[in-house]
Amino acid sequence: MSASTRDSFYLYRKLKSSLMMGLTLVATVLTLLPLIFVLAYLVSKGLSSLNFNFFTHLPKPVGEPGGGMANAIVGTFELVALASLMGVPIGIGAGLYLNEYGGSLSAPARFAADVLIGMPSIVVGIFAYVVVVRPMHGFSALAGGFALGIIMIPLVTRTTEEMVRLVPQELREAALALGVTRWRTTVSIVVRTAAAGIATGVILAIARVAGETAPLLFTAFGNRFWSHGLSEPIASLTVQVYTYAISPFANWQRQAWAGALVLTGIVLALELGVRWITRGRLKPLR
Amino acid sequence: MISLPASKSPESAVKVPAAEKLKVADLSAYYRGKTALRSINLDILANHVTAIIGPSGCGKSTLVRCLNRMHEVQAGNHAEGQVWLDGEDIYAPGVDPVQVRRRIGMVFQKATPFPTMSIEDNVTAGLRLNRRRLGRAERDRIVERSLRRAALWDEVKDVLRQPGTSLSGGQQQRLCIARALAVEPEVLLMDEPCSALDPISTARIEELLLELKASYTIVLVTHNMQQAARASDYTAFLLNGDLIEFGETNQIFTNPGRQETEEYITGRFG
Amino acid sequence: MEPSRKLPARNDAEPRPPQPTRQVMAAIAEKARVGSLPGLLGDRLFRWSTATLALMVIALLAGFAVVLTMQSRLSLVKFSFRFFTSSNWDPVNEQFGALPFVYGTVMTSAIALLIAVPLSLGSALAMVEMLPQWLATRIGFMVELLAAIPSVVYGLWGIFVLGPWLRDNIDPLLAGYLGFLPIFQGPQLSVSLLTAGVLLSVMIIPYITAVCTEVFRAVPQNQREAALALGATRWEMIRMAVVPYGYSGVVGAIILGLGRALGETIAVAMVIGNRPEIAASLFMPSSTLASAIANEFTEATGDLYLSALVELGLVLMVLAVVLNAAARALVMGVVGQQGERR
Repeated sequence: MSASTRDSFYLYRKLKSSLMMGLTLVATVLTLLPLIFVLAYLVSKGLSSLNFNFFTHLPKPVGEPGGGMANAIVGTFELVALASLMGVPIGIGAGLYLNEYGGSLSAPARFAADVLIGMPSIVVGIFAYVVVVRPMHGFSALAGGFALGIIMIPLVTRTTEEMVRLVPQELREAALALGVTRWRTTVSIVVRTAAAGIATGVILAIARVAGETAPLLFTAFGNRFWSHGLSEPIASLTVQVYTYAISPFANWQRQAWAGALVLTGIVLALELGVRWITRGRLKPLR
Repeated sequence: MISLPASKSPESAVKVPAAEKLKVADLSAYYRGKTALRSINLDILANHVTAIIGPSGCGKSTLVRCLNRMHEVQAGNHAEGQVWLDGEDIYAPGVDPVQVRRRIGMVFQKATPFPTMSIEDNVTAGLRLNRRRLGRAERDRIVERSLRRAALWDEVKDVLRQPGTSLSGGQQQRLCIARALAVEPEVLLMDEPCSALDPISTARIEELLLELKASYTIVLVTHNMQQAARASDYTAFLLNGDLIEFGETNQIFTNPGRQETEEYITGRFG
Repeated sequence: MEPSRKLPARNDAEPRPPQPTRQVMAAIAEKARVGSLPGLLGDRLFRWSTATLALMVIALLAGFAVVLTMQSRLSLVKFSFRFFTSSNWDPVNEQFGALPFVYGTVMTSAIALLIAVPLSLGSALAMVEMLPQWLATRIGFMVELLAAIPSVVYGLWGIFVLGPWLRDNIDPLLAGYLGFLPIFQGPQLSVSLLTAGVLLSVMIIPYITAVCTEVFRAVPQNQREAALALGATRWEMIRMAVVPYGYSGVVGAIILGLGRALGETIAVAMVIGNRPEIAASLFMPSSTLASAIANEFTEATGDLYLSALVELGLVLMVLAVVLNAAARALVMGVVGQQGERR
């Protein structure tokens, strides 16, 4: 063996393997570097601009220091709530149909959901503009919620389908054998069993739409003040951060970092929370 | 560690003068902290077929996978002890498992042709690793020789460019044998090569074993005792990670030295 | 934007629901029997209503096609194919040629893929073939976090950190060594095609990595062992068994990443400079299909202008539908197939 180990071609093969495997490690580090850099800048630039007023005050006009994004924070929650009102029931219902009934509609519906998941969000914005903004003659919270709701629908549909698929078939059969009707079985056994999984999917969809900017640009539009009704334009954290980031004013740019920190905080908290919850629930089952 | 009370040591059992190709000494294997093999001692003679039998979970697959350092490939596995290949310990520090596997080929339970490769590319897959260049003529020669040795040539000589997965299960397994033979190994390990095959394909592979042992040392893991009786010269019986008995196949099946062996081969368990 | 949701396939992290015990089931059954709607009527109602919701998902996709086509009719009729061959985007004179945006989209996506593909493949291979399970899980988790960060935050980081850094450190290097190429000549700006491309690569890496990881995990262990048993080194095993087996899935992952890069809007709009012109140099500002819509939609005066912008959206939609359908088919070919075998 030692003789062939000295074989130069084998040495070349070995070196090549080590080199390539080393490069995969370099690639891994390079992949993760941006995460570290983005979070580091967010915290260092955002924290210094973040104070109590940021959460309680309205934005100040250019030139006046201080001010906050209270309206944008509330606006984001409002928009997400509107989106959920639309996206969650439709998504769960469609997802149940896909797995529980699987009629002739399910293949095209699954395809449509998959394609909608990949739809650029700016296109969703155009759609909402034509369908809601124009008939209502103005930008509005409703239009923004509608756009985000559209983004939620396919996400919730597919996660619901996947989650109820994990419910063992024997459970359904056992319930049916006990004389429970089909729809009761679905609601009481299937949905109840998969509830935590479905909720996970909903929260992840919420985290996703809370970070959307493009579909809000010409639907919810933005508002420097409090929004007094669903048919008025409404501020959101994402659009506010966008507007401030591309502004030439140093004060606004600082506010943008603070807003981005809060936004990322909310989104990552939702993601991490969900993972923490599912991890905890996974353990006893493994 | 003192070796197990095997009924007879191979030296005394063997009458024919045959060199030991592999010598397993005090080999223990662990699987995620659990012991899969307990200090196995075993001599595998050159140009013979050695069968390893035992009930499922007895460690026979683990043993054969330790012989070419394949056991350690999966996370959490490791082995201790020595396996001497022609007097060199393949578990010695500094020994490269890649070099070991080059000399000790392996055929698996499930036929594993590379799905994206043609039949001939499958045969030369291992060869192409070791050669900078492979001339067309030499390549064809090796493909034909390997496929002939695996008794597959006549069936596939006209479809060499077809994907390896287009063959039947038994043919795929013989393709894998040809692929292993193409790199000219010294030992051929076969981990239940017939368990997924029909009786006719199984018979073909058993015939093949008898031809191959003229040129190679073969270790055959099987759960099929008739197969061990038909195809092997020596048989090792494993139970719960211990080597219970090792001897000439004839003796093991007609006059086992240990009660466990007798119970197993007469079908009282496993 | 978490990658596992991009491809709703089997996923290790998917929680398995806890199962009710027999007693709980019997209790539910008992409760359900008492005072439930008459069986058949309830069943039909429920099936009918969920089917309606599923139909809404289909109708939504169809709605997108109809609405975007209708709304871009003015532009479609007026410019026809000239829309894609003309580089004159002049709202004042109502002349709309989308070539600059097509160019910007192609260039930024190309840069993004050029960087993202090797890095994603490398990290996916490292996670599946090399690193210990506990570390791979943690890295996979961090990659998912990378996908969860909102676009606008990447855009902000791109404006103030990445763009200036590229201008000061990378642009001079590229100009120095590759300056003979027209794409690396001229003034170096922090808002540029290059900044947008690099930022996009950061944003699509998590998607490609996640899908590739899933694809490589679907490669059966016996394929790897077959290669190792022939005396392959680890890298040779990857080349012989892992990559060929997962090849179409990897292509699918790359197409999925491309789909993301084409459609990404706000981050690109923030760092590309939004200039509707074909810039020969990657160091110059330009514009993409998506960023042009984001930038000009609310300012669009006149029906033709708006219609031209919607046509950009229509192009994006068609590209997204085609790329997504293709990518999913390719990935499912590898990952789904394995699922059946288990």
